[in-house]
Amino acid sequence: MALETAQAAAPVARSARVRRRRFDVGRAVAYVVLAIGSVVMAFPFVWMLLSSFKPLREIFRFDFLPRTWTLANYAEVLLDTQFPRWFLNSLVVAGISTVSVLFFCSLVGYTLTRLRFPGRNAIFLLILSTLMIPTEMLVIPWYVMSTQFGWVNTYWGIAFPGLIPAFGVFLMRQFFATLPRDLFDAGRVDGVSEFGLFWRIGLPLVGPGLAALGIFNFVGNWNAFLWPLIVAKSPSMRTLPVGVAFFSGEAGTAWNLIMASSALAVIPVLVVFFVFQRQIIEGVVLTGVKG
Amino acid sequence: MTSDPARPRRRLRLSTREALWAYAFLLIPLAFFLGLRLWPALQSFRLSFFTWHVDPEQRVFVGLRYYQQMAAEIAARGDLYKALRNMLRYFLIVVPGQMAIGLFIAVLLNSVTRFRAVFRAVYFAPYVTPAAAVAWVWGWMYSVNFGVLNNLLFSWSELVTRIGLPFLAIDPQPFLTSPQQALPAVAAVVIWQQLGFQVVIFLAGLQGVPREVHEAAAIDGANAWQRFWHVTFPLLNPVIVFSLVISTIATLQLFDQVVNINFTDQGGPLGSTLTIALYMYQQAFQRFQIGYAAAVTVLLFLIIMVVTLVQLRITQRRVEY
Repeated sequence: MALETAQAAAPVARSARVRRRRFDVGRAVAYVVLAIGSVVMAFPFVWMLLSSFKPLREIFRFDFLPRTWTLANYAEVLLDTQFPRWFLNSLVVAGISTVSVLFFCSLVGYTLTRLRFPGRNAIFLLILSTLMIPTEMLVIPWYVMSTQFGWVNTYWGIAFPGLIPAFGVFLMRQFFATLPRDLFDAGRVDGVSEFGLFWRIGLPLVGPGLAALGIFNFVGNWNAFLWPLIVAKSPSMRTLPVGVAFFSGEAGTAWNLIMASSALAVIPVLVVFFVFQRQIIEGVVLTGVKG
Repeated sequence: MTSDPARPRRRLRLSTREALWAYAFLLIPLAFFLGLRLWPALQSFRLSFFTWHVDPEQRVFVGLRYYQQMAAEIAARGDLYKALRNMLRYFLIVVPGQMAIGLFIAVLLNSVTRFRAVFRAVYFAPYVTPAAAVAWVWGWMYSVNFGVLNNLLFSWSELVTRIGLPFLAIDPQPFLTSPQQALPAVAAVVIWQQLGFQVVIFLAGLQGVPREVHEAAAIDGANAWQRFWHVTFPLLNPVIVFSLVISTIATLQLFDQVVNINFTDQGGPLGSTLTIALYMYQQAFQRFQIGYAAAVTVLLFLIIMVVTLVQLRITQRRVEY
């Protein structure tokens, strides 16, 4: 009896082992393909970085590693141009917009889910519908407006279009919708003000959403190009991407300098990304899967 | 549930109070969406019917003149025609390209257990970097005489010739300097940069497919491909729709990469990489044809709206079965 069971089980076990071995082969192939893909994905960054440490004479030699490592390219970019200023500009603009985005998107998200009032759905639809409008359609009126109000060449002028993105409202609305209603009712009974309900009870509970939105938005503003290119007329008001574009356009074939300037624009976001990876990816997943 | 006569009045007062607070909270955001989104969009529409002047009083109504000008430009195969043609080409390369590769990478990532987070980070990294800056890196890599890609092709050709397989050699390529290759070269950069977004979205979708469904299909004798095609793929449909719509909209609005990868010859040789966004920028901010440029943005808006609606209709019908 026991023998029979063992014999019957043997082929099953063998086929399982075979399957596992075949699966392992498949997995090994997966690793190899993923690794090759990673090399392709990372190569432009590696090449940019290595080239930024090469003196000009080595630039056209195609050695992978610099023969002499030099920081002269960085020194030249940082000292001879307004690079530090552009860096500051990007920081200020992205900072302003992120503070505003965190506050207003969560406030609107909260209001649209936790408060009841006539026109709630209409207002949500109105906000959603603005997602359909391409930025290209807005930049001309924005520019006309900015010249009228004296917003050209100001931080406000660069930052105002990104102060309350509709996708952020959408994201925070999802987060507030998951909170139990009792919580706020209890707060109301205890005499917490309406703003207090949002600020002291709601906000602390959507921390992960705020983190995802804040970092995602910061990076998005840091990278913005079209509108800053239009509204930052004077060189000293350029943001980093716009500054890099004009600097590179004037550098001709000094690719070592162009790579150093690109690296200075790219490395900070890569560092931010690797530090806050979880939040950034969560932000993408939330807009995609829940949206 | 006691019959307290004061209760209905108090509830009414509370709900009115709640509504008033809601409107107070929404005041600034609504002003923003109406004043800085909706109104400017309508303004673009309006500007497209008037000649441009700084003083609104001096703008002259010209009806459909700028729309006729667009039609003439398209008929004459001018830059607007090229921008629209390129839009279609970018769409046909970038969207299927990045979705197919993105799904492929996501499936691979989903099948491995170790280093998954590391791989995902590497694939996603380009997505967070400023397109304007990385376009310069690619522009240099594509350089005909000084670019690393042609150098790699050269080394490769030398290698295969030395080991007696000269037919595998590949000549140096013109890349961005060729009207034929410039657009695919830019499209490759766009795919490279946006791939990570697709990977992350698809990976999340794949992880949302319940294990039991897969195991049930395996017991029923479905092989790996059948399981993917008949089980995973249909369940991924919402994610695929989202990804299709997002990547299409982004592709129709290409600007940063196109401007920076060929900075001295924006729009590429013979306008081969020109996009609508770049065309609009040139017309409005370099040639100051504001009314005409506004008409171009209206056209872009209509294209995006129609394409999005069509995609949603077609793809959502498939969910039904």
